[in-house]
Amino acid sequence: MADIAVPLVASAAKPGQFVIVCLKGTYSERIPLTIAGSDAEKGSIRLIWQAVGKSTAELGHLKVGDEVENILGPLGKPTHIEKFGTVVCVGGGIGNAPLLPIAAAMKKAGNKVISILGARTKELLILEDEFKAFSDEIIIVTDDGSYGKKALVTEPLKEICQRPDKPNLTVAIGPAIMMKFCCATTKPFDVPTVVSLNTIMIDGTGMCGGCRVEVGGQTKFVCVDGPEFDGHKVNFDLMMKRMQAYKKQEAQALEEYKKHRCKIGL
Amino acid sequence: MNKNFYSVAKKDTKLNEQQLLDELLKKYKDGTLKPSDRYAIPPQPMPQQDSVKRRSNVNEVALGYTETQARLEALRCLQCKNAPCVAGCPVRIKIKDFIAPIVEGDFQKALDIIRENSLLPAVCGRVCPQEVQCQLPCTVGKKFKDVDKAVSIGRLERFVADWGKKQHEHTIPTVAAQTGKKVAVIGSGPGGIVVATDVRRAGHDVTVFEAFHKSGGVMVYGIPEFRLPKAIVQEEIDQLKAMGVNIICNFVVGRTKTIKQIMEEDGFDAAYIGVGAGLPMFMNIEGEHLVGVYSANEYLTRANLMRAYDFGKGADTPIAMSKKVAVIGGGNVAMDSARTAVRLGAEKVYLVYRRSEKEMPARVEEVHHAKEEGIEFHLLRNPKRILGNSEGVVTAIECLKYELGEPDASGRRRPVPIQGSEFTIDVDTVVVAIGNGANPLIGQTTPGLELNKWGNIIVDENCKTALDGVYAGGDIVLGAATVILAMGQGRTAAAAINEYLKTK
Repeated sequence: MADIAVPLVASAAKPGQFVIVCLKGTYSERIPLTIAGSDAEKGSIRLIWQAVGKSTAELGHLKVGDEVENILGPLGKPTHIEKFGTVVCVGGGIGNAPLLPIAAAMKKAGNKVISILGARTKELLILEDEFKAFSDEIIIVTDDGSYGKKALVTEPLKEICQRPDKPNLTVAIGPAIMMKFCCATTKPFDVPTVVSLNTIMIDGTGMCGGCRVEVGGQTKFVCVDGPEFDGHKVNFDLMMKRMQAYKKQEAQALEEYKKHRCKIGL
Repeated sequence: MNKNFYSVAKKDTKLNEQQLLDELLKKYKDGTLKPSDRYAIPPQPMPQQDSVKRRSNVNEVALGYTETQARLEALRCLQCKNAPCVAGCPVRIKIKDFIAPIVEGDFQKALDIIRENSLLPAVCGRVCPQEVQCQLPCTVGKKFKDVDKAVSIGRLERFVADWGKKQHEHTIPTVAAQTGKKVAVIGSGPGGIVVATDVRRAGHDVTVFEAFHKSGGVMVYGIPEFRLPKAIVQEEIDQLKAMGVNIICNFVVGRTKTIKQIMEEDGFDAAYIGVGAGLPMFMNIEGEHLVGVYSANEYLTRANLMRAYDFGKGADTPIAMSKKVAVIGGGNVAMDSARTAVRLGAEKVYLVYRRSEKEMPARVEEVHHAKEEGIEFHLLRNPKRILGNSEGVVTAIECLKYELGEPDASGRRRPVPIQGSEFTIDVDTVVVAIGNGANPLIGQTTPGLELNKWGNIIVDENCKTALDGVYAGGDIVLGAATVILAMGQGRTAAAAINEYLKTK
């Protein structure tokens, strides 16, 4: 996690938007990260990420006061916030981070907010207290049962959908597979479900088309048409395959990076 | 033995060239040089990097004329009174006037004349489609009924510009006294660079906003190093900075701030929108979402801007490690993509284009280079669908054969598919290079801006938009166009902005 001073981005950022971070030099990878919070007065944004590849690992090794060379944003369309009634906010793993400002804004708009937070295990659960501060109801689940209920997020989600006053909206953010199954869960109950996609992209402004997804049979660009879409229309299987495109190269880069860090004794 | 033979041959050529030049110059000075002498001078070929060697490097392919070659080529120019070439140039460079001093070896004078109309001769000399612009109406080409035999104006322009660079001639344009007016230039591509220069010259305070982390627009993310070295673009950017132009990267107008905010909150008096086209078109066929299908924008940006060819060696952005690549399209971007694929190590690169070679919009030289580099052309062919395996990775494209029918709206004969002519080509990568639509971001976030049905910004003859103080040019106005057209509009807009600011 990091709070980064980027006053221009901080004053423009709205819930649901993302930034592209390019750590240093001209040839660092451009990484899209959804904004987990922003403070216009302080001029900072909060980013929370999981070290999955070389670039995110490198980002994690920054120390307080270090500089990030390039941050572009805020990008994408902000979340549509209004008073819907009851909104279920489902976060999985690192997805809790971008979900937080959205859930808070939903609450502020007068919605009843039910938060379902999931993680693989207790240590990986983030932002529980922050969600507790405003949620009308909060449900914690872990895959291994080390904290909260031993379940996947879809289990409580289904229970909530079965209630007599079924929710008016679900916002699900997390791994693609989780969002896919959240959508499959809410669909039979006709609960509109918004998902936030984080596909591979380069420029983040509509130029490369690498982030394209199929939504309702049409090609959409996550960076300019999204990142949020009607989850019931997203072709998740296709998207998940596309997200594997550079798996081998990424693994190789991370391996090299780890070796390098060992050698220089960090 | 072969090597010796070639070096002797080279030496001979050089000697011959020099002898020929001396003889011609003598006649030129005596005033006895006749048009028939000029016609007899062989068109000077462009020295280029060996076609096998260059497959494995990204260095520039065309190496530029020698001084002797340039002067010989300049002597081919008839100095026509009506100078049809000038009318063929979108920025009306005084072509015959700059060619005359080349003959005399006064390259500085030639450069000064070019600079009156063009700010980026080193770029335009390399990337302009001369054969459909200045060289098309050239009298010499007409005489031989072959545009390839026209005077090589582009190569001469490049020679003069490169000569200037070699002299370490960094004459920074003079900037008038500060006017206190502020101009925002959105996009740092060729149009933006020209506007920034011209408006800054007039003494206005100029800020260029660039969304990428590096400035130069299409010249750094799109056009590859082997066609336009990045160092040339960087010099232009450095010159802007030396003139006192402020360049802000990582700023996407429409998201970081809107045009309205820039003008109202930050006190900019005028703005120029030169954001390019930048929304890649796809074919909307089955399989376009498979892994290994790229837009040319993505493919080229990974390779050029992010230098994916150095992945793991200082660059962190990966690109497909392709063996067999199909590039769809027939423009410069398609050639750039195909030739980039070769340099990234692909064993087979196919260029699939639905019309014939005659209709290809790419520069003739690029088509020629692509063929030399072993790219296989599949003309009058177009993909019907892209096939993949269970992991969602491309394995082949299924194509249809086409024939040319009646001319369409573009004046080119319409390609018509031949029913039942399907065949497949095995590939692991497909690059779609069929053009760009207008990026909607500025349009969506700038109320009052008028757009046409394709989303391009509507401007008047001065490149002024429907909003006062807001001007636009280049691809976002013209649809997909060229560097030189963007530059031309930039000059028009800059003149109009300077005029507008006098009244403010």
